[in-house]
Amino acid sequence: MAPQRTTTTGATAVPALGDVPAPRRGGAPGKRRLVVVGNGMAGARTLEELLERGGGELFDITVFGDEPYGNYNRIMLSHVLAGEDDEEGIVLNPREWYSDNGIDLRCGVRVTSVDVHAKEVVDATGATTAYDVLVLATGSSPRIPPMDGVRRPDGSLLPGVQGFRGLDDTRQLLADARAHRRAVVVGGGLLGLEAAYGLREHGLEVTVVHSAAHLMNQQLDAAGGAVLRRSIEGLGVTVLTGTRTTAVTGDERATGVVLTDGTHVPADVVVLTAGITPNAELALRAGLTVERAVVVDDQMRCVDTGLAEGAAGVGGAAGGAPDGVYAVGECVQHRGVVYGLVAPLWEQATVLADVLTGADPRAEYHGSRTCTKLKVAGVDVAAMGLSEPERAEDELIVFSESSKGVYQSVVVRDGRLVGATLVGDVRRTPVLQQAFDRQLPLPEERLRLLFDLGAAGEEQGAAELPDDAQVCNCNGVSKGAITGAVAGGCTSVKGVMDATRAGKGCGSCKGLVGQLVELAADGALVEDPSVHWYVPGVPLRKHELVAAIREQHLTSVSAVFAALAPGGEHDAKSTMGLTSLLRTLWPDEFVDERGGRFINDRVHANIQRDGTFSVVPQMKGGVTTPEQLRKIADVAEKYEVGMIKVTGGQRIDLLGIRKEDLPAVWADLGMPSGYAYGKSMRTVKTCVGTDFCRFGLGDSTQLGIDMESRFQGLETPAKLKMAVVGCPRNCAEAYVKDVGVVAVGSGRWEVYVGGAAGASVRKGDLLATVSSPAEVMTVTGRFVQLYREWGNWLERTYDFVPRMGLERLQAVLLEDSDGLVAELDAALEESVGAYRDPWAEGAEPRTPGQFRTALPLVPLPLVPSRPTGAPGGLQADAHSSSAAVPVAAEPVPAGADA
Amino acid sequence: MSAATGVTTAAPRSTTSAPGAAGVDVGPLEDFAVGEGRAVVVQGRQVAVFRHRDGRLSALDAVCPHSGGPLADGQMDDRVVVCPLHLNVFELATGRSCSGQRDVAAHVAVVADGRVRVVLGGGRPDLAGAAPR
Repeated sequence: MAPQRTTTTGATAVPALGDVPAPRRGGAPGKRRLVVVGNGMAGARTLEELLERGGGELFDITVFGDEPYGNYNRIMLSHVLAGEDDEEGIVLNPREWYSDNGIDLRCGVRVTSVDVHAKEVVDATGATTAYDVLVLATGSSPRIPPMDGVRRPDGSLLPGVQGFRGLDDTRQLLADARAHRRAVVVGGGLLGLEAAYGLREHGLEVTVVHSAAHLMNQQLDAAGGAVLRRSIEGLGVTVLTGTRTTAVTGDERATGVVLTDGTHVPADVVVLTAGITPNAELALRAGLTVERAVVVDDQMRCVDTGLAEGAAGVGGAAGGAPDGVYAVGECVQHRGVVYGLVAPLWEQATVLADVLTGADPRAEYHGSRTCTKLKVAGVDVAAMGLSEPERAEDELIVFSESSKGVYQSVVVRDGRLVGATLVGDVRRTPVLQQAFDRQLPLPEERLRLLFDLGAAGEEQGAAELPDDAQVCNCNGVSKGAITGAVAGGCTSVKGVMDATRAGKGCGSCKGLVGQLVELAADGALVEDPSVHWYVPGVPLRKHELVAAIREQHLTSVSAVFAALAPGGEHDAKSTMGLTSLLRTLWPDEFVDERGGRFINDRVHANIQRDGTFSVVPQMKGGVTTPEQLRKIADVAEKYEVGMIKVTGGQRIDLLGIRKEDLPAVWADLGMPSGYAYGKSMRTVKTCVGTDFCRFGLGDSTQLGIDMESRFQGLETPAKLKMAVVGCPRNCAEAYVKDVGVVAVGSGRWEVYVGGAAGASVRKGDLLATVSSPAEVMTVTGRFVQLYREWGNWLERTYDFVPRMGLERLQAVLLEDSDGLVAELDAALEESVGAYRDPWAEGAEPRTPGQFRTALPLVPLPLVPSRPTGAPGGLQADAHSSSAAVPVAAEPVPAGADA
Repeated sequence: MSAATGVTTAAPRSTTSAPGAAGVDVGPLEDFAVGEGRAVVVQGRQVAVFRHRDGRLSALDAVCPHSGGPLADGQMDDRVVVCPLHLNVFELATGRSCSGQRDVAAHVAVVADGRVRVVLGGGRPDLAGAAPR
């Protein structure tokens, strides 16, 4: 399509829109000329809406775009910055879309002036383009706060200082994130927090400076802002509120900012996100009415100042509207309001398209009730209407659970919802939005606004569950069984759990079981004190137990029972936990009583449902060698292994090994135990790190191997899984491990703790960011040792970390608030030093029957085998031989010949 | 390892058709670790024999009725054994389930002349020497 250049000048007689003669235009008679200035989200959306209404037949369309791209989703730039999306992923309309639709896209060409009388625009190349209809969608720019030194003498911004509005800004930030370490974000609104989050994801030290007293003060009240702040700080971002930046330091490039109190905050990158300024200059110079932004009426029509000649009275709008000039988006002021969100912009574009195409000539825009639903820096936030009560009679309902980062408030006026703020938990948004938008009557019980309406099925109250609903999926326990146990006389949660085994599998349903018992007991609930004990057979909490063990120097399970259990009585359910604890407390002095160990720990393998065992050799960091693989293959054949399985922990599992074969299997493997069976450190997963991966920022493979070497086999209250990844792409899932280490560039590593991806899924909390692998080892070691000493039996870190609180952990482990660090370091060192590979004991059984088979003594093929000949399946008759241990002729004990 | 004493050496009153007055010989006592269980076959039946710390012996059917777990591999105390697969609990003296499963049969195990002998059936606490509760 040839560029359109009009030669028409001085057209002061302005005909009505429909009477415009067809311009000479590529053989498209009858079409009007539409010029859109601005190819951002508003401009492009307007085009889409126009085309949908047949606008392509009505108009010859020309679009001027300042940026040299097609149209992209500006909102998603924060994802690009955070590395969660790439540039291609945010393209809304590529350049071909424009040509395909017959739109003349003037990419990278800025319009410099508009002549509303001549009805033409002049662009930076000096060319003029005539229009019949003009749409201004010029958007907005970052507001440059008044700061000394922010501009160079030539008026340009000091290098290192920039906004966060466009793709070029984002590219610059990404480049800076690789080259620099410290950033200051000026402005703690949505955009600022997104920028801070993105830069933090790249490992920069980020400080947010926000002049208002709390973050996102446009949308949130003070309490909501405070909850958000905690979450943002949890990401490792420093937040300063109630202060402003007065100056930028640096001559050639920014070196930092100065705050109102004179503090200097060093920074290599300064991001300006303290509000936006509508781009209204073009409209102002054209003689259009501009207040805070370009003033439009309900049909998005611009109004002129009355100073310009010739346009008054034409075009239909009272007070003077220049003919055929409209505006849409962030550059617009409608009924006194300037919108900075995308939803109002879409509504405006719809109205404008209706008006311009005649699809609905009387369409009007009456303003938007804004509901913001966003994920700010990983935190869900929804806000609508008022954030705080304005009048004395306004009702305010608040729910706050700041430790979980949850804050919810609603403002009610005259029985109608006029505002809501949700942080952390935004599941109620659809319900509230409906009530807000439609001004529906609200439930008398206002709490129902936050807690009952719209609850999804899984959050259905315990009371509403049918009796046959399965509560415990591990052990197949229904609600009816639980209420039945209560009816049968169980009066405590623990009693019910013992009687039904509900909650005794993975434990993820414990909360619901508790609720059900509470409901069924109807107030008659007794708390069993033993729920607080470390093990059920010794009536002491963990710290009391540890103190008593140390004081009385109890080094064996029997000694603990004799000294501390009521009547000195042994308890089978307590021995495993006590064994683990004693090994932790007495790495060298522990007196091992094999019967105190769980079978897995007696034979160093994981018992399977048919009484056979699985064997997982150590494969540090998931790295193996041809030699290891050959050995594993040989062993698998020799012992007719039922299945060879690559595990989730980056090792190889040999399943279906007979107990009596275990020592021989280890001897043939000649590899250390992988500890895939214990309540202990299991494995350290790694990604391929820097040696081969083109994205790796740190040598995760080596660090993972080193960590596994150091922490191998350590007893912990529950299993402990680790991972190290070489970049935030997280290929080895470090964010959801008990300890996860993430390389973030510039030699730095983040250490996350308390993550989980089992029955519970939880992203770990950022414990620390450190500058070397050695520091990773130190911080991890302290955390592991603290967990060993303070964690309850079978308490995973995903419960332990929230119970202790991240801040408390940081204080204890990083700042040594309790003076514990030296002890932790020493205790861990002792345990590491005492480590012996358990498979080495295979040659000489520790007890007479250690490796004698317990089952099967008679043919008992319980586990369905993979089909013979199928991948992973058995060779014909292989497994049956493992099951067919001959029944020993009496009276010789079976297994004696094993 | 202390030698078994007390009731374990008393000759049990045989109430079964086990060969010999003192049941079936299943091996020398030192083959049975203190505080652990061990599976043997008695007249074609799988039996888990448990050796208590005080020298007593208990014997139960070896297979957990819940899903076939090996009770001999379970953890024990003076009173119960816990199946290693799903932590179901059985009384050693009686075979009674404490966790809602079917009971298992209890047998009698004794020591005679340094060898362990098992008598099927009965589960008589007086013979097994377990402290009744």
